[in-house]
Amino acid sequence: MMTAEEQIALALRALPTPPMGWVEAAKELPAARRELETILDRIERDERFREQAVADLEAMLRAEGVEPTPVVVAHLRRRLET
Amino acid sequence: MDAATDAELVARCRAGDESAWGQLVDRYARYVYAIAVRVYRLGPDDAEDVFQEVFARVFERLDTLRDSDALRPWLAQTTRNCAVDLLRRQGREIAVEDVPEEGDDGLDRLDEALTVHAALDGMPPDCREILDRFFRRDESYHTISAELDLPPGTIASRIARCLGRMRDVLGEPGRNHPPTASGEKVGQR
Repeated sequence: MMTAEEQIALALRALPTPPMGWVEAAKELPAARRELETILDRIERDERFREQAVADLEAMLRAEGVEPTPVVVAHLRRRLET
Repeated sequence: MDAATDAELVARCRAGDESAWGQLVDRYARYVYAIAVRVYRLGPDDAEDVFQEVFARVFERLDTLRDSDALRPWLAQTTRNCAVDLLRRQGREIAVEDVPEEGDDGLDRLDEALTVHAALDGMPPDCREILDRFFRRDESYHTISAELDLPPGTIASRIARCLGRMRDVLGEPGRNHPPTASGEKVGQR
């Protein structure tokens, strides 16, 4: 039978620390979304830019200084389809 | 330390407060990560995809959360959905009995652990630091001793004293009614 202190120690070890970069990326979502909205706005207004995005979304994002992570790409594709 | 409840954090996030979003991520990052790697046993790449997808979905759909106090179960459900979606996309078969649900032992343990972690965040700074280093960051007595400029013998006694203080705050885990991660007492709902 574990003591209360042992149970607390076990609970403290039960939640591992995620890599700091993942946490920071999640925290930066509001800023990242603002940036994506700017890109989406430009896609709507600029036919040539839209063609670039449709042809190679990842390359377009890189050219705009945005890391094309799977989540960012998926989000943008969903928005482009609507 | 900001002891905002989940409902307060959600309200501030909905109002566009980016620091509240950062606090929400800090509060639940370990929980989401633990479900991905401990319950679904995802490798680092898959766990990262699930982790980012969960927070992206939560950020996008925060306005749809009807009960702001239900943030934790909503995050757990979203993490389950993302993990199962990913495994299915990869063509891995998932038996219904392998999909943990609310009340599953593994998830229950993580829920209880989250409560203990929330209590740690409310401890005095000296206790918080030494328990964080020893239990969460897995640092040795030697490392902690060097970093905090304390004799190694003091480390052990301080850990014991701080665990005792946490026990007093929590009651015996799983038996009494500790504060939840959202800052309210169980039974207040």
